[in-house]
Amino acid sequence: MSPIWRLLPHPWLTPVLTLVWLLLNNSLAPGHILLGLLLGWLIPLLTWRLWPDTVHFHRPLTLLRFVGRVLWDILAANLNVAQLILGKPERLRPAFFAVPLDLKSELAIGLLANTVSLTPGTLSVELSRDRHTLFVHGLDVPDPDAARAEIKRRYEAPLKEVLEP
Amino acid sequence: MLEALLSLLILAGAIFTFIGSLGLARLPDFFTRLHAPTKATTLGVGCLLVASAIHFSTQGEGLSLHEVLVTLFLFITAPVSGHLLGKTGLHLQLPRLGRQDDEDHG
Amino acid sequence: MMALAVDLALALVAAAAALSFWRLLIGPSAPDRILALDTLYINTIALLILLGLRLDSALYFEAALLIAVIGFVGTLALCKYLLRGDIIE
Repeated sequence: MSPIWRLLPHPWLTPVLTLVWLLLNNSLAPGHILLGLLLGWLIPLLTWRLWPDTVHFHRPLTLLRFVGRVLWDILAANLNVAQLILGKPERLRPAFFAVPLDLKSELAIGLLANTVSLTPGTLSVELSRDRHTLFVHGLDVPDPDAARAEIKRRYEAPLKEVLEP
Repeated sequence: MLEALLSLLILAGAIFTFIGSLGLARLPDFFTRLHAPTKATTLGVGCLLVASAIHFSTQGEGLSLHEVLVTLFLFITAPVSGHLLGKTGLHLQLPRLGRQDDEDHG
Repeated sequence: MMALAVDLALALVAAAAALSFWRLLIGPSAPDRILALDTLYINTIALLILLGLRLDSALYFEAALLIAVIGFVGTLALCKYLLRGDIIE
């Protein structure tokens, strides 16, 4: 690791922390920007032991498209689930199904699990000990195979492209 | 115009929050009930916070975006608590409806 | 018009909180009650935001943020307790 990267272990974290600081204070005053930058620099420096792996985002465009798609899915699936809740509970077809994972890194698996949980109608409940399988509970799943394929195609493939090319 | 948009957002947020809690009250088993709060947080509170951000930003005292922080926080934490609650439910072997793929995990 | 919308929304969210409380009372299992408590936190956040809009004060935001943080930590601690019988590993 070159000395520069030792001083700035997580280049992504600094702007994010600065932004959070500015939002928290709801202000764009120069003093707050300076303080935010200082905190954004110091906190990763002091806590680098907690996250030893540097994160690289490949293909930022795919990442943006992925975020947009997730937001859209949250909206669409919410309407769907609202309908299910208001309908007859006996007509629900809840199911557990396993999703075999191609992702390897902790961050990627965590992001996938969170995405699955955020899009209503599916909820990740357990990761197998060897980290190869994610167990998902669906609120209304007529066909588990289709749901599994949907998760792999819609969410896992772009995450793999961005984080593990 | 702006007021109509805000009213719409507020009502939509409140309705989704209500439907989330309604699901919690009437769905048949723990694992289906688990789906309800993820809904209430993401869309319901999200809509309310967006409405609040727009309202306070148009009051003439500059931008007010700190509501975004609550939304962001909820979007990050809701799946984590959902996941842990699901894990707990499996661990305690709560009764569950519907079909299961695998029995030999956890 | 917005005042009316906020009033209606307050009534809806209060009803939501009542439903969550109902689930908290009847259970039947411990995770059910934790889930109900978690939902109750979220309903409270919604109520606080609406109050902020109703009373035109940005102060309620801080309370909403605090409840979000404390609610999350509380839910995690309760789940951990049921999972392991211990909170600090």
